[in-house]
Amino acid sequence: MTILIQGGHVIDPGQLNGVADVLIENGKVVGVGSQLMAKATGKTDAIHVIDARNKLVLPGFVDLHVHLREPGFEYKETIKSGTAAAAAGGFTSVCCMPNTHPVNDSQAITEFILEQARIAGNACVFPVGAITKGSEGKELAEIGDLRRAGCVAISDDGQPVMNSMVMRRAMEYALAFDVPVIDHCEDLHLSEGGCMNEGIVSTQLGLQGVPAAAEDVMVSRNLALAELTGGRLHLAHLSTVGSVRMVREAKARGIRVTAEACPHHFTLTEEAVRGFNTLAKMNPPLRTWDDVQAIKEGLRDGTIDVIATDHAPHAGQEKQQEFAAAPNGIVGLETAFPLTLALVDEGVLTLEAAVEKLTTAPAKAFSLSKGSLAVGADADVAIVDLHETWEIDPSRFRSKSRNTPFAGWKVKGRVRTTLLGGRIVYQVED
Amino acid sequence: MSLKHKDLTGIASLTADEIMHILETADSFKEVTGREIKKVPALRGKTVVNLFFEPSTRTRTSFELAAKRLSADVINFSPSNSSVVKGETLLDTARNIEAMQADIIVLRHSSAGAAETLARGVKSSVINAGDGWHEHPTQALLDLFTLREKKLELTGLNVAIVGDVAHSRVARSNIYALTKLGANVRVVGPPTMMPACVERLGVKVHYDLDQGLRDVDVIMMLRLQLERQGRALFSTIREYSRLYGLTPERLKLAKPNALVMHPGPINRGVEIAPEIADGFSSVILDQVTNGVAVRMAVLYLLSGGNG
Repeated sequence: MTILIQGGHVIDPGQLNGVADVLIENGKVVGVGSQLMAKATGKTDAIHVIDARNKLVLPGFVDLHVHLREPGFEYKETIKSGTAAAAAGGFTSVCCMPNTHPVNDSQAITEFILEQARIAGNACVFPVGAITKGSEGKELAEIGDLRRAGCVAISDDGQPVMNSMVMRRAMEYALAFDVPVIDHCEDLHLSEGGCMNEGIVSTQLGLQGVPAAAEDVMVSRNLALAELTGGRLHLAHLSTVGSVRMVREAKARGIRVTAEACPHHFTLTEEAVRGFNTLAKMNPPLRTWDDVQAIKEGLRDGTIDVIATDHAPHAGQEKQQEFAAAPNGIVGLETAFPLTLALVDEGVLTLEAAVEKLTTAPAKAFSLSKGSLAVGADADVAIVDLHETWEIDPSRFRSKSRNTPFAGWKVKGRVRTTLLGGRIVYQVED
Repeated sequence: MSLKHKDLTGIASLTADEIMHILETADSFKEVTGREIKKVPALRGKTVVNLFFEPSTRTRTSFELAAKRLSADVINFSPSNSSVVKGETLLDTARNIEAMQADIIVLRHSSAGAAETLARGVKSSVINAGDGWHEHPTQALLDLFTLREKKLELTGLNVAIVGDVAHSRVARSNIYALTKLGANVRVVGPPTMMPACVERLGVKVHYDLDQGLRDVDVIMMLRLQLERQGRALFSTIREYSRLYGLTPERLKLAKPNALVMHPGPINRGVEIAPEIADGFSSVILDQVTNGVAVRMAVLYLLSGGNG
């Protein structure tokens, strides 16, 4: 099968930014350039031409942080539905966190996830294994086995590794497999009982707050341990002024650290919680305007390498509970692209930099051979309309869950077509 | 004028005029509670459900009495003897109650926002009888009613709220109510018991009780939640009492005719000395009496009555 994506504006960060055709054969990119039709017509098999004029042609997006919920919480999401949501959002590679039930702390669970992903065929799934057995923060999981089975990073996501000695050993041990160690930075003593950012809004609503310091002290600890061990550290979902400042300083000193930010943390503030809106409840919580500015500045100057969604599906009845009882998190795969593009409109990022944060940068952080349209690369492609405005309608989500605070938002920029290994896995229905 | 709200979930969403309207309506009900036959037919045929997920004697009884004096039918629902223990959600419980044609649900819940969540989910009127640390609007209303009765003018009144402000719904509702009506509010307590950015609520903060009591007209003592000891909010009850307990000597720092209030139940000898609780400055029992009249007014106005 030969596919020709014709006449689009191709952005392959660091490689190409201009109008070009993309020629795909047998699931791989075989040519990027002008007038590739002639080259294609030499082939004997049928050519499928995709007209991409007035569209952007991008590497399929790479999300380092999703929760696919399977095994264990299939009522929230399955690998099939979660990867369908990924495709609808332009994501062709997703890294799924191990806080399933059972926790992905073994080769068997990793293989199960990979098998389900292969059957679904909607996106490449790269499992993230647990750092500690059962993510209990005590004994190291079989990290070598996890790596060999296909895990691309390790994390006890949802929980920090509170014990600093365990974290030190994990970072050292992981060096043997060259695998990044991800931490969800939260001091559980400082955050205990908290369900939103600590500040004027938590005071007015009478909700227990989580101070920014709960994140900052753990970021600081993790950076010190990265310096001590020389390990590869990746910091999940930064949300505070302090985190950004410390990561910036650490990078300047040459510490091996990468960091991600989520669209909700650069789009919304704690004000969204007013009215006890459980759709604005996440961990780390939505913070203040100053924090949002710091996250944007971190994205702009490269302190924050990656935009990741922290896609966290929850069933309707779970979010309909009292605020403190409702679970943390929102779905993000199907809204990330337009929310990222808003940073381009605001002048925070160039278009190419925005694409980089969704493609080449995350691929590099976890050493995935994804996120590029270079000749020889897997033909994972997102074709998007930069100017189309549309209204976010959760009832049309591919995800099993609808928990988003962005319902009804008019946004600009829409994923029209997604290809995975040269196969169309998503096409917008008009 | 009737109250243009389906629910009363907090003071924060009321205007000063609406607060005054409730208090003025309560005036006439206070007169009713002083009669030999303490009953009017205003809510005859209406059903009021007290849905209390937290133990409460005084507030529940006060609402029950208020509803009965308005001739409503009253049902008390509490989690220990309902299906809640079987895992039913708050919303499902409330919808079942609503299906029995409850006109007003009075909700007490340990989770902040429970009343607002419920109000959005049911057609019945919802009255917040205390939700977590968020609000306890009828307590603030009865406190204002009592102050108005004793002092008449709320504007310019200096009020000190003393104790664990961070974990107090009574403090929040009173801060909103008093500042809306032009009183000068200060909060007094250890820094560990002050919520973040509390000064942005329009109050002054004092960590020293002696300073905080100077020239105040009203002292509102908050109950010390003794079970919070060991959570690093204060050291010992002994030290708390020495630093923040209201004694006769300290009362002299306030204005000569200062009033002492407490939402109850009091810890005698901890936050308040017995001789103050029982003394001439104390209006603690007036608060309880007035609670019934104020709750009658709220029930009446929410069921469409014109004050």
